[in-house]
Amino acid sequence: MKILVCITHVPDTTSKIAFTDDNTKFDTNGVQYIIGPYDDYALARAVEIKEQQGGSVTLLNVGTAETEPTIRKGLAIGADDAIRINAEPTDSFFVAEQIAAIVKEGNYDLVLMGRESIDYNGGQVHGMVGEMVGLPSISPVMQLDIEGDTAKLAREIEGGKESLEVKLPLIAGCQEPIAEWKIPNMRGIMTARKKPLEVREPSSSNSKTSTFKYELPPPKGEVKMIDPEQVEELVRALKSDIKVL
Amino acid sequence: MSILVFVENAEGAIKKTSLEAVSYAAALAENLGESEVVALSIGTEVSEGTLASLGKQGATKVLNVAKEELNQGVTQAYASVIAQAIESTNAQHIVLAKSSLGDPVAARVAIKVNAALASNVVDLPDLSDGFKVKRSIYTGKAFAWMTLNSDRKIIAIKKNAIEVKESGNDAPVEAFDASIDEADFSAKITHTDKAEGDVLLPEADIVVSGGRGMKGPENWGMLEDLAKTLGAATGCSKPVSDMNWRPHHEHVGQTGVKVSPTLYIAVGISGAIQHLAGVNSSKYIVVINQDPEAPFFKAADYGIVGDAFEIVPKLTEAIKAS
Ligand SMILES: Cc1cc2nc3c(=O)[nH]c(=O)nc-3n(C[C@H](O)[C@H](O)[C@H](O)COP(=O)(O)OP(=O)(O)OC[C@H]3O[C@@H](n4cnc5c(N)ncnc54)[C@H](O)[C@@H]3O)c2cc1C
Repeated sequence: MKILVCITHVPDTTSKIAFTDDNTKFDTNGVQYIIGPYDDYALARAVEIKEQQGGSVTLLNVGTAETEPTIRKGLAIGADDAIRINAEPTDSFFVAEQIAAIVKEGNYDLVLMGRESIDYNGGQVHGMVGEMVGLPSISPVMQLDIEGDTAKLAREIEGGKESLEVKLPLIAGCQEPIAEWKIPNMRGIMTARKKPLEVREPSSSNSKTSTFKYELPPPKGEVKMIDPEQVEELVRALKSDIKVL
Repeated sequence: MSILVFVENAEGAIKKTSLEAVSYAAALAENLGESEVVALSIGTEVSEGTLASLGKQGATKVLNVAKEELNQGVTQAYASVIAQAIESTNAQHIVLAKSSLGDPVAARVAIKVNAALASNVVDLPDLSDGFKVKRSIYTGKAFAWMTLNSDRKIIAIKKNAIEVKESGNDAPVEAFDASIDEADFSAKITHTDKAEGDVLLPEADIVVSGGRGMKGPENWGMLEDLAKTLGAATGCSKPVSDMNWRPHHEHVGQTGVKVSPTLYIAVGISGAIQHLAGVNSSKYIVVINQDPEAPFFKAADYGIVGDAFEIVPKLTEAIKAS
């Protein structure tokens, strides 16, 4: 089983989001970067499948040199080697094109990634790559088992889940509970340093969108506290202020 | 030229998120000076009468691909049908709802028809200089303004961001005969498990959610009573679904379902940032927690400090009595 796992390098989920330069740049001050949480699940499942069936797990990240600690963490979790496409990701189309170029030459049985990145929340890359390389793409996948040349999956649908079968190769956007999230151990961290990390220049591409400005939501007003003995007051608010009753 | 809107259905009705998409497309048509808003329905589960009623949201015509093999949302087949409809109507603007089907489908369509794609859009575009849209990013913690640079543009709108228009007349429904390629059905749907309950969490207007403070699954009856009284869906925090007190699809937050209801009621949930990430686009938040220092109160509009086991039944009774 030859597996490619695409990971994003994103601000930690607890990061305070702020912008600088007249709201044109993300403020990285004090921000910790992590592997995208959904990508982490994809990687964990890839490592499990490799443990069960043999094969290899290659990590892929489109990003500048700053993402290398994140890639090393992925190697420590159990990937065998990694490729970094040396570019600042501009939009999902650009990232999809870079991934598609690697998928086309790599003969992978499975291409796994998170259902979406937690910074731009597009949820588009897996579908775009699928279309670019002519493979089925399934998302959001919460269960994935490989039996011979067939993948058995479950994907989330609004208010339920859908079970599917599809012949390999395939591309999947993953989320929990597809696998137990893995934390790197000491041995993993030591060996990760020596694992190959190849850096490639991006293939030419034209982004179709450009982000030029950011905005924060308006600050929240004060919370109105209600006496626990007077829940009727809340009911009145639901009726007259919120008008949901 | 026309604007094409892909509408999704569920159990014989058009999804609310798709009614939002049609309303958005109608307003966009007005701003762009376009006269045609073509809604596209796939499958046979919705009656012609229901389809015609999309005229109320501003559709001027409905294309109906009434093929039973398309009753289930197979990503590739849907993408192929939508791309054919785009070519046939020569639509330059395509609108759909962001959803578990809409996302993967929109991505494939964007490549097929060479379109720029903006997802999670929360408002009509600024057309003063190019085509600029505002989209929600960082799981609701910020917005980004983005320019779409291709002639063709696909806009996937965030649920509950757009008001559903309810005026106008029925629209004519026409059959649309898309060709289907066997290869588009390489992924076979073998089974569908639908959640119990009348109100689907991702689309609910009111959500009643419980956290670890509920102490155990046996105590959920109380929250279900409140939800039923309000016509709400039920949700939960991640540890609750991790411990199997509630099914996974009810788990709300950063790594779970993102909701944007009019009202979110959180009971016994601390309000960790990862949970807030899934609810911070709710219009109003009510928090019930015995700890006055619970971080959720900072994000709330209304708060009650007290024991959920006393307050929730009292609240349900008070709503019933009102
Ligand atoms: C990468 C990552 C992703 C995550 N994603 C999510 C996510 O998507 N969704 C999510 O929810 N969490 C997520 N988490 C977990 C999150 O950080 C919190 O651990 C979780 O939200 C806490 O759940 P809780 O509030 O139910 O439980 P607790 O933190 O245990 O809080 C329980 C609350 O109940 C109150 N309480 C107790 N008894 C009562 C009573 N009788 N009456 C009233 N109140 C009472 C307590 O005061 C407390 O505030 C994620 C964590 C990580 C690291």
